[in-house]
Amino acid sequence: MSLKIKALTKSIWVFHLAASPCNNCDIEILDLLTPRYDVERFGIQLVGSVRHADAILVTGSMNRKARQRLKRVIAQAAKPCFVIAIGNCSCSMEMFANSYNQMECLDNVSEVHAYIAGCPPKPEAMIQGVVALIQAQLAALKK
Amino acid sequence: MSIVQGIGYLVIGFLAAAIIGMFAHWFDRKITARVQWRVGPPFFQPVYDLVKLLAKEVIVPEGASRFLFLSAPLFGLAAVSVVSALLIRTVIFPQQTFLGDLIVVIYLLTIPSQAVILGAFASANPLASLGGSREMKLILSYELPFVLAILVPVIKAGETIKLGVILQHQATEGAVIASISGVIAFVISLICMQAKLAKVPFDVPEAETEIMGGAYIEYSGAALGLFKLTQWMMMFVVPFFLMMLFIGAVNWRQSWLNIVWAALIYIGILLFITLVRNTNPRLRIDQIMKFFWAKITPIAIVAVILAFLGL
Ligand code: SF4
Repeated sequence: MSLKIKALTKSIWVFHLAASPCNNCDIEILDLLTPRYDVERFGIQLVGSVRHADAILVTGSMNRKARQRLKRVIAQAAKPCFVIAIGNCSCSMEMFANSYNQMECLDNVSEVHAYIAGCPPKPEAMIQGVVALIQAQLAALKK
Repeated sequence: MSIVQGIGYLVIGFLAAAIIGMFAHWFDRKITARVQWRVGPPFFQPVYDLVKLLAKEVIVPEGASRFLFLSAPLFGLAAVSVVSALLIRTVIFPQQTFLGDLIVVIYLLTIPSQAVILGAFASANPLASLGGSREMKLILSYELPFVLAILVPVIKAGETIKLGVILQHQATEGAVIASISGVIAFVISLICMQAKLAKVPFDVPEAETEIMGGAYIEYSGAALGLFKLTQWMMMFVVPFFLMMLFIGAVNWRQSWLNIVWAALIYIGILLFITLVRNTNPRLRIDQIMKFFWAKITPIAIVAVILAFLGL
């Protein structure tokens, strides 16, 4: 395993992108930073600018207006950057699927690297999702 | 001094500042985490962060001035490396310094801030230029009391602007900090250092929660990594500079124990920076200017007068 990959998995800076969520998922994401879960142990940090991000956490079912912004923000990230869908909303649009202001699901708009289901998902589930993503990437690299 | 020697000193200065600076950054984050009752990052976190950033894509935003945008981080890094080399050389050979090296160090120490301003304005982002203009006002606020505070050791050591002479004077006659004016000037320079390092309560140019990293908002990949490295190196260079001026830093000729002693003092200063940053809210830029110009500068002038009177 090269140093570069190791460094990337040990220092994941995440950018939080709220695409019209109900805010519950966002609260759970912020829970990750509190003393109880403290993801800084693994080098995970919340950053304010998408240019610094290694992973983008998308929450919410993405309405018409949020969709355009989301496309632009994801395009602005420096590669390699992973998109993680958090919550049933961004995974599958859930009960908003037939709503008048929804257009399409997140994975039609951008490539999604990990889905974390739940409404809202527990912080443990999010950590597990990120770990699974890292392992999948490492396994893909080994091949 | 030949060119080869010069490059050697530069490399040593860069490496020492980078390694100690990374430790300082880890220490800062770890103590912050402990203050908040968290576990905190592992010891090698700064190394991982840096390697990761160096390996990532660098994006030059549309409308940005490409040359300035990409060269700004290098200016800052080069300046801190030179300061670090100068300081380390002065500690090793106090007799061999040139006239006015103190002034050179003061000038070079402002270059990282200027690099941030240049980079911010070159990136054509409104939030970045806001951060840049705040950084500029911050420099205007703290630079005057900082220089006044530095005048105190200069006067104490017999009105010299040679760092080596200041060091040797303290080795024979005792540290500057052991006098009233010395204590006042040291406290003032600690406060100015907090502003120089752009730490809370003076972190207005970055202000993660309000202007999203401010000056650094458009930076990504290696360019951001170099900026971060410069910041970390400043966390070694500025406290070390103050230690040389006020405490006499490493008087290693007397005994090797002094190096341990100096390391402990350095960690104490780091602890001070971190605790202040964790227990204070961010000030507005106008509050900062009022604080430095109306409160700190007069006290600094008093310290200089006291030093003239020999207190
Ligand atoms: S998944 Fe549930 S908690 Fe999360 S944003 Fe959607 S409705 Fe809210």
